[in-house]
Amino acid sequence: MPAPEQHRLIFRHIDEPGYTNDLACYQRGGGYEVLKKAVLRKPEELMDEVKKSGLRGRGGAGFPCGVKWSLVDRKSGKPIYLVVNADESEPGTFKDRYIMHQDPHQLIEGIMISCFANKVACAYIYIRGEFPEGAKILEKAIAEARAANFVGPNIVGSGYGCEIYVHRGAGAYICGEETGLIESLEGKRPYPRIKPPYFPAVLGLYQCPTIVNNVETLCHVKHITDMGGEAYSKIGTPGNTGTRILCVSGHVQRPGYYEFEVGKCTMGQLLNEVCGGPLPGRTFKAVIPGGSSAKVLKFGERYKGKRKVGADMVDYDWGVEDIPMDFDSLAMIGSMGGSGGVIVMDDSVSMVEALGNINAFYSHESCGQCTPCREGSLWMKKITTRMVHGTARPEDGALLKSVADQIAGRTICAFGEACAWPTQSFIAKFGDEFKGYAQAKAAPRPEGTPELV
Amino acid sequence: MIQPAAPELITVNVDGKEVAVPKGTNMIEAALRVGVDVPHYCYHSKLTVVGNCRMCLVETGMPAVDPATKAPVMDPATGKQKVNWSPRPAIACATNAAPGLHVRTTTPMVKDCREGVMEFLLINHPLDCPICDQAGECKLQEQSAGYGRGYSRFIENKNVKPKRTLLGPRVMLDDERCILCSRCIRFSKEIAKDDVLGFTDRGSYSTLSCYPGKKLENNYSLNTVDICPVGALTSTDFRFKMRVWFLKQTNSIDTESSVGANTVVWSREGTVYRVTPRQNDDVNDTWMSDSGRLLYKDIRSASRLDAVRVNAAESALDFAVAAAAELISKGGVAVVGSGRSSVEEQFLTRKLAQAAKAEAHLVARLGEGDKILISADRNPNVRGALVTGLISTLPSAGLASLGAQIDSGAVKTVISIGEDLVAAGLTPEQLASVSVVFIGTHAGQTSAAAKVVIPSLSVFEKHGTFINQQFRIQRFAKAVPAPAGATDDLVILSRIILASGGPALGSDVGGLWATIAAEVPALATMAYGNIPDTGLLVDASSWSALEFAEGQTLHFKPAAKEAARA
Repeated sequence: MPAPEQHRLIFRHIDEPGYTNDLACYQRGGGYEVLKKAVLRKPEELMDEVKKSGLRGRGGAGFPCGVKWSLVDRKSGKPIYLVVNADESEPGTFKDRYIMHQDPHQLIEGIMISCFANKVACAYIYIRGEFPEGAKILEKAIAEARAANFVGPNIVGSGYGCEIYVHRGAGAYICGEETGLIESLEGKRPYPRIKPPYFPAVLGLYQCPTIVNNVETLCHVKHITDMGGEAYSKIGTPGNTGTRILCVSGHVQRPGYYEFEVGKCTMGQLLNEVCGGPLPGRTFKAVIPGGSSAKVLKFGERYKGKRKVGADMVDYDWGVEDIPMDFDSLAMIGSMGGSGGVIVMDDSVSMVEALGNINAFYSHESCGQCTPCREGSLWMKKITTRMVHGTARPEDGALLKSVADQIAGRTICAFGEACAWPTQSFIAKFGDEFKGYAQAKAAPRPEGTPELV
Repeated sequence: MIQPAAPELITVNVDGKEVAVPKGTNMIEAALRVGVDVPHYCYHSKLTVVGNCRMCLVETGMPAVDPATKAPVMDPATGKQKVNWSPRPAIACATNAAPGLHVRTTTPMVKDCREGVMEFLLINHPLDCPICDQAGECKLQEQSAGYGRGYSRFIENKNVKPKRTLLGPRVMLDDERCILCSRCIRFSKEIAKDDVLGFTDRGSYSTLSCYPGKKLENNYSLNTVDICPVGALTSTDFRFKMRVWFLKQTNSIDTESSVGANTVVWSREGTVYRVTPRQNDDVNDTWMSDSGRLLYKDIRSASRLDAVRVNAAESALDFAVAAAAELISKGGVAVVGSGRSSVEEQFLTRKLAQAAKAEAHLVARLGEGDKILISADRNPNVRGALVTGLISTLPSAGLASLGAQIDSGAVKTVISIGEDLVAAGLTPEQLASVSVVFIGTHAGQTSAAAKVVIPSLSVFEKHGTFINQQFRIQRFAKAVPAPAGATDDLVILSRIILASGGPALGSDVGGLWATIAAEVPALATMAYGNIPDTGLLVDASSWSALEFAEGQTLHFKPAAKEAARA
C-alpha cells in the first residue's frame, strides 16, 4: 500500500517559500481570524469543541486535552494559569522548534483561544534554554500581536484580556516535566512535585490551578476552533484524531519532519517510502518510535494480539513496518507514540553503544531529587560506559535490566520510566548483543561505523 | 475552657489491622499506631513531606465497588469486601488516610522496592562506618540491616564529593555520606527560618551546600545534625569524641530559658559528651537551641567551686553549716533565691527564709526571646518560685529593695543560692558591707567575698523539677556524679534549716515531695514519681494576673496578651 499524502495542518506554512514569521505574513493567510470569531462565542462552547475533537496531548503522554481542561479546579476562586510547555528536550524530537521559529503567531493564536476558553488571564511560555532564537522570535511576535490588540487587555474589543510572557529555561531536560517546569517557573530548582497532592489542575503554578499544554497541542486548538471539534475528530483515526508531526532522525535517506493524519501511516510507509528507506547497503535494525525514552522496536519481531476495530475485536499480527503511527497502536505493542521523535538505527549500530549514549543523556539529566532515578540512572550509565570503554562482562545485561526494574514505577515523576525503559527494552530485545559484546568489541568493526559513545 | 473539636477519625487497614486515625494522618504514622514500621529517610513528622527517598513505598488498595451500582464487591473466599490493589507502589509519607484505604507493607513488591532503594543509597555511599560518628544511630545502617539485600552488585567507581565542608561554626558536612533527603534544608527554611542550605549540581552529583557567602550559623543549626539520617552532618563539638553506643542517656531539661526544652544528656563514666533534644510535642517538638546544648561545658569549667570554705579557709561541711547558722542567729538576714534552682530547692529556700525570719528575693534574668525555643525569661524556673511560695510577685530587676535594706543597715547577712549578687545588681560596696553565705557551683565576686562558701551541684548532677512558662512541671535526672567537694543543694539547705532551728526536712527528692505535696496547694495531687516524661500542667489560675515577660515561642502564647486581644 502506498504511503498516504502528508496532511499539513500545523506545518502548513513551514518551509513555504516567502513565508515569514511576522504578523503581516500570518494575517495574509487568515491569521487571527479564528481568534476574532472565538472571542464572540462562549468559553464553554470552545471547551466543548476541544472535548469533541478528541485531541490528545502532543507532548508525550497523549492525555486527552479536553479531559485535562475539565479537571481544572474552577471553584477555588484562585486565578487559573496556562503554561505552554515549549521545553522540547526529548532526544529525537524537533517539531515545536519549527512552529516557534517559522510560525510563532499560530502558537500565539492557539494560546489566546485556549486562554479564553479556560478564562485564563495570564499565560507563560516556558521555552528551553537552548532555544535562544525561538525565545527572541516569540518575544517579537507577542509584541506584534500585542500592538495589534491580539494579546493584552480587551483583545479585539471583546472585553477579554490575557497576557503572555516568555520564560527561558536554563538547560535542563527535567523542566519538560510539568511540575518541574512549574517549580522552575517559580524560580526554584525544577524538582518535580509529588502527586498527590500537587496536581497542576488544582495546585499548580503559585499553588493555583494550572493547565500545562505542549506547543503543538495548543496549535491544534486553533484548528479545532476553526473547523469545529466534530470535523476535526474525523481527521485521523477513532481515538487518535487529528494530525501528528513525526520527526524522523537516524539512518534513513531523508530524515526530517512529516505531518500525517494520526494512524493513517504505518512505520514501514514512513521509513521506507516517505523517508526513502535505509542508507545504501544497510538494513534497518531497530527504531525508537516516540523520543529516546520510548521502548525500542526490533525489526523482524512480530507483535500479535487482539485489538478493537469499531465494535469488534480483531486479531493483529504486525511486523514493525505494519504498526500504525498512533498513540494506541504503539502503546498496544509495548512502546509509545511519545513526542513523535522516530529514531532509526540500522545494522551498523551496536545496541550496547547506542544504549550507552542514551544512558549518558539520562544520567546527566536526572534532577537528583528521588533515589531510584538519581542513583539508578548514573549506575546504568557507569555500566554501559564500562562495557564500551572498559571490560564488558556477560552478566552486565542482566544487571542493567535489574537496575532499570528498580527504577520504573517507583519515582516521583515519569523520568523514572523515561530512563528505565530504554535499558529494559534494549536488554529484552537485544540481550544477546549485550552478552556477546566483549567478543563483538574485540572483532574488527565494519568500515564507516559511527562511534556513538 | 473551650475544648478543641474532636478530630474526625478515619479507619484504615494496615497489614490486615484496622486502625482509626485523625483525618490528614499519613500512612507512616498510621502504621506506627499498629506497630508496623515503615522505613523512611526524608520523612520527618515535624517537616513538610517531599517524598524523595522512596524508602516508604507500600502497596495501597481501596475496597472494590461495582462501578455501576456502587455496591461493594465481596470476595466469596473470605466473605469480606474485595480490595483493588494498585499495581504501582505509593509512598506512605504522602498517602493520607482515606476511608477504607488498605496498605500492605510485607508483600514481595514492597520488599523489592526497599531492597532497591537501599542498594541505590549505598552504591555511592562511602561505607566508612568504622570512622563515622553516626554509626550506631544511623538509619542507613539500621535499614540496610533490616531491609537491604546484604550484598553489593556495584563494581564501578563511587562518586567523589567534598569530605569536610564546614557549613558553620558547629556543623561539619561530609557530602559523600549525604543521601540528599533534604531534611536539613527543610529544617533551616521551615523551623529555623534561616534558608541558607540548598543543593547544587544535579543527579547523583547533587551536593548539599550553603548559599555563597552564607553560613549555617543560626542558633538551631545543630538540629540538622540530629535529623540527618546518616553521618553527613556532624557536630564539630561531638565529632570523633565518642561512639554513641557507649553513652548513657539521661532525661533532662534545658535551663537556658523558661521554655524548658526537653533534652537527653549523653554521658559516659561521669563525663557528659553531648546534649540533644527529646521529643515533647507540647514544648519543643524535636528541637532545641545550640546554646542550650553547650551548657554542659560549664560542668568542667575552671571556675567550678570545689571546696567548702569558711572565712576563705578550706573547711568541712559541718563547720560551714554551723558558721551559716551562727550568722543567721544574729538576725538581719536576707535570702536571695534563684530562678535556676529546682522546685524542690526553691521550696527549701522558702523554708530557710522562714527559719531565718528573712525576706526572700529572686534574681530576674531577662533577655530577648527568639520566638522559637528561647524565651525572654532566661530563668528556667521563675514559675517554680511562685508555685512554692518562695516569692509572690515577679522579681524586679537589680535587687533594688535588698540594696536599700543593706544601705539602711537592716540586712547584715545575705544567703545567696547560686546567684552572683554583683552581677544581679548590688554594688561591690554593698556586698562588702554584709556577711555572705554562698551556696553555688561557680566562683565569682560573691563567692570571693563570702564568709561561707558551700559548693553545690549543676543541673546535670542532681534530680529535680522545673516549672516552665506554660506552668508545666518537668523532671530532670542526674546524669553524672557530683565532682569532689560539691554537695547536693537539698542536703545543704535542709541542714542549714535544721541548724537554724527549722524543721527536719528530707534531703532526697522523693521524700521531700511528700512535704511539698502537703504544703503546696498547686502540687497537692502530684508526686515526684508520677510526673510523666513530658511533664504535667500545674493549675496556674492563682498567677494569671501577673505580667510575665515571655513573648510567643514555638508552643507558647502569652496569656495576658491573648486576654487583652479577646
